Amino acid sequence: MKKMSMFIFTMLLASVTVLAQGYKIGDKVADFKLKNVDGKMVSLADYKNAKGFVVIFSCNHCPYVKAYEDRMIELHKKYESKGFPVIAINSNDPAAVPEDSYDKMIERAKEKSFPFAYLFDEGQKVYPVFGAARTPHVYLLSKKGKDMIVEYIGAIDDNYKDATAVKEKYVEKAIDALLEGKSPEVKETKAVGCSIKVKK
Amino acid sequence: MRKSILIIILLPLLMSCNQQPNEVKVDVFDYSLLEPYLNKSTDSIYVVNFWATWCAPCIKEFPYFEQLHKEYKSDKLDILMVSLDFPNQLDKSLYPFIKNRKTDLNVVLLDDPAQNVWIEKVDSTWSGALPATLVYKGNSRVFIEGPVDYNDLVNAINKVSNQ
Repeated sequence: MKKMSMFIFTMLLASVTVLAQGYKIGDKVADFKLKNVDGKMVSLADYKNAKGFVVIFSCNHCPYVKAYEDRMIELHKKYESKGFPVIAINSNDPAAVPEDSYDKMIERAKEKSFPFAYLFDEGQKVYPVFGAARTPHVYLLSKKGKDMIVEYIGAIDDNYKDATAVKEKYVEKAIDALLEGKSPEVKETKAVGCSIKVKK
Repeated sequence: MRKSILIIILLPLLMSCNQQPNEVKVDVFDYSLLEPYLNKSTDSIYVVNFWATWCAPCIKEFPYFEQLHKEYKSDKLDILMVSLDFPNQLDKSLYPFIKNRKTDLNVVLLDDPAQNVWIEKVDSTWSGALPATLVYKGNSRVFIEGPVDYNDLVNAINKVSNQ
């Protein structure tokens, strides 16, 4: 009996762990509602003409994000008109990183003239659903019927330190494939980044 | 004649001025150079920490590795601190940190943009977020993504040495 309950407990624990890992390729994404730097609440459903989204877990303080900010802007400028806008989400707890507060997000968005929505994940509720672990961390979504499906998870490209030395633009290639009605060739990549910070 | 003597005297001085004011030197590795350190088959325990000076939780846990270095001095334990600081900012980040800290730990810089290849090789469960720590002895490995404290490190060491 004891063994059995241990077994059930272990299985429960295992299933919880699986849930905590977040979205996988092919998963349906639940919509969210988060505050943008302009004060308005934003949901995926608000973008009536979107064929998909480049959701990027981001923040203000991380040097890896800073290295990619200009490329995030370029990505949005290139693909918004094609139906794939960038949505950046800051999930860091300002209690852990004061530089990532909502007010500082507004400042950063102004400084860099972000053309995309930069949302604050207040209470850190959205990033665990996605399973985002670091910044920057991209989830490329595409619309299939009424659903938003995860098509690619990972890095923007293959060179964080030098935009001119990039050989593989992972996200661009994935969107191009989707626009041609194909599935992205590379579906997952890994990159070094800052961990998403939660106050203990 | 005088001029040339002056040059002979001044030249070494000028050259020494040209050198880095701090003598901190860090080996720069790509992953192929780092890989042997992650796969040694001796009877030593190896602790490898992936960190950067700009990563606050990394700096917070740095002293635990120094403590480990001190406490396990007589044991077969080898610690390597693998910095992922930006290679073009070392004068402002890694060098001053090492100089001010006067750390005994062995620090190397990993400069390899092929992250999508090597992160998976370090550990298949690693997302790439910093900090991350690998503790291993032979084939027995513990990989921790996220911050650690001193007890976590001791537990990992005990685990790999008892297997």
